[in-house]
Amino acid sequence: MKLFSIKGGIHPDYRKELTSEKAIVPMPLPKQLHLPLQQHMGAAATNTVEAGDSVKKGQMLARGQGFISAAVHAPTSGRIISISEMTAPHPSGLPQLTIVLEPDGKDEWAELPAPIEDPFAAPGQAIRDRVAASGIVGMGGATFPSAVKLGLGNQHKLEILLLNGAECEPYLTCDDRVMREYADEVIDGARIMAHSLSAPKVIIAIEGNKPQAIEIMTKAAATQPNVEVVSVPVQYPMGAERHLTQAVTGRETPARKLTADVGVVVHNVATARAVHHAVRFGRPLLSRIVTVSGGAVAEPKNIDVALGTPVNDLLAFCGGVKDARRIISGGPMMGQPLPSLEVPVVKGTSGILALTARETNEAPTQPCIRCGTCVTICPCGLVPVEMASFIRHERLDEAAGIGVLDCVSCGSCSYICPSHIPLVHFFAYAKGRINALDRERRKQQQTKALVEAHNARLERVAQAKREAAARAKAQSETPDASKANA
Amino acid sequence: MLFAVGSLAVMGLTLGGALGVASRYLTVESDPLEVELTGLLPGSQCGQCGFVGCSQYAAALAKHEAGVTLCAPGGKAVAEALAKRLGVSADLSDHEEHLPQVAFIHEELCIGCLRCVGECSTDAIVGAPKQLHTVISDVCHACGKCFKICPTEAIEMRPIPVTLGAWHWSKPTEHGLQ
Repeated sequence: MKLFSIKGGIHPDYRKELTSEKAIVPMPLPKQLHLPLQQHMGAAATNTVEAGDSVKKGQMLARGQGFISAAVHAPTSGRIISISEMTAPHPSGLPQLTIVLEPDGKDEWAELPAPIEDPFAAPGQAIRDRVAASGIVGMGGATFPSAVKLGLGNQHKLEILLLNGAECEPYLTCDDRVMREYADEVIDGARIMAHSLSAPKVIIAIEGNKPQAIEIMTKAAATQPNVEVVSVPVQYPMGAERHLTQAVTGRETPARKLTADVGVVVHNVATARAVHHAVRFGRPLLSRIVTVSGGAVAEPKNIDVALGTPVNDLLAFCGGVKDARRIISGGPMMGQPLPSLEVPVVKGTSGILALTARETNEAPTQPCIRCGTCVTICPCGLVPVEMASFIRHERLDEAAGIGVLDCVSCGSCSYICPSHIPLVHFFAYAKGRINALDRERRKQQQTKALVEAHNARLERVAQAKREAAARAKAQSETPDASKANA
Repeated sequence: MLFAVGSLAVMGLTLGGALGVASRYLTVESDPLEVELTGLLPGSQCGQCGFVGCSQYAAALAKHEAGVTLCAPGGKAVAEALAKRLGVSADLSDHEEHLPQVAFIHEELCIGCLRCVGECSTDAIVGAPKQLHTVISDVCHACGKCFKICPTEAIEMRPIPVTLGAWHWSKPTEHGLQ
């Protein structure tokens, strides 16, 4: 299959060998599971259980609220200890409503919805409803509710479901292992998703540094005429959905549009596997594969972890951590620092990395030498050096004018900068600040509209009073007038 | 007779035309800048800037008699918009950034007097005589008028807590940067 080149990008040291040959191992349940009500993009779920309730494995604990949201289920049977605010697995360390579940050790299943007998004969909506009820979100890390993304076929003419097995972040091997160990489940899930999207073709894109995964997936896909496996070049950020779409189809997604606008929908391989479980067995999303790696971890592993397992327990299961400079959730390029080790593994946790000082390669920031390397490597065709200097002077409008909102935060510029300028940090700040100002502006508009409505109402009331007074006066004057005439 | 009617008609037309022309060319225009600035302000006439209402503040701004940072409910966004329109550099460093607030009614102190309901310019307070009042927090823009008028001090202006959705990374420190 003909591939297309993508602009820019970097070739970091992949360091996947730490875990790439380690088979997925299940982790025993911890003493407590902490299940945040928001593990996805969109609105937080609302709990349907209360503290003290006994729940069974697979039972829904919180229902999605609104269109973009996702349900949360019990990863095992047990008792709800509390529903309270706890530190979120988010760099802010802000509190978030979290359900605390104490496993009872029985691991008893609740009554699950019946499997969909022949998903390829079922209407697409039935698949989407099942995916929504199963709380499935994008497992690559973006955590966008999958059912919403599977509905893109309604408004767009789709040609390809592109299954993302690129896994371009260094260290992470969870998707690699999923493809190697559960190839049939992934392909079945992908075909079900393609059916729901009404996309005639499935292309599974895997980076060339995973030859075993490519081989196993190709073999597993051989019986399916509409499923194709392609090996894409090893280049970070190949796994970004716009870049992967361009590499495979040659179509560039316009700024602020979706890949669906060019006929492609991208889903992660682990999401496809979760869809397979939901549709074929009625099982909601209860666990995920997490890569625990990094030089500071005693025994790096790929682990099948129940959602809600505290990171502490996960690291202890890997023999503990020594001399960690940084502990990150996700990959080293786009991952986020954890506020504490008490926080749980959530739906979007693809990896937990404990990196040593040598691995993090931190250095003090130096002045920009205007070498232009960041411009050369920016995979989105932006000019990081200019954007950062605008942002430094709070000229956010100008930064937005040259495309800071189109930055995908891949971190390539920060990685390559010889002066160690935290470029992507500047962009993260600018994007957040621009959104915050936008929210303020919308609030202002709302206030203004309300004030106008309020004044109009007062005016109407006053007008009605004047009219009533005039009528009353006219009435009281009429007898006088008749008297005068008489 | 005909002469009288004709002369009056001619006079009427001429004078009417003259008045029409005068109203068109000799009007006292309201300053367009003032109108534009009023448009940028929230329009709730809360008076926290020290002027009677938003249009008076806009008038002072247009004459460069007032600073751009006085609008409390508008916050930084309005200050920046005003500074941009006026082409002045807003010194926001000494602008006391009011954290976003929302009015909150302590139910045990509320006597249901309806005064705050009448005062609220965005209809953010619901209530009936002798019934508890409450604030629709999404609609409240923290002008503080209800806070001032409440006879039992049942209203508190509370900061809006930062949520996960609203949080964003702070600016990288300038250390070592040019």
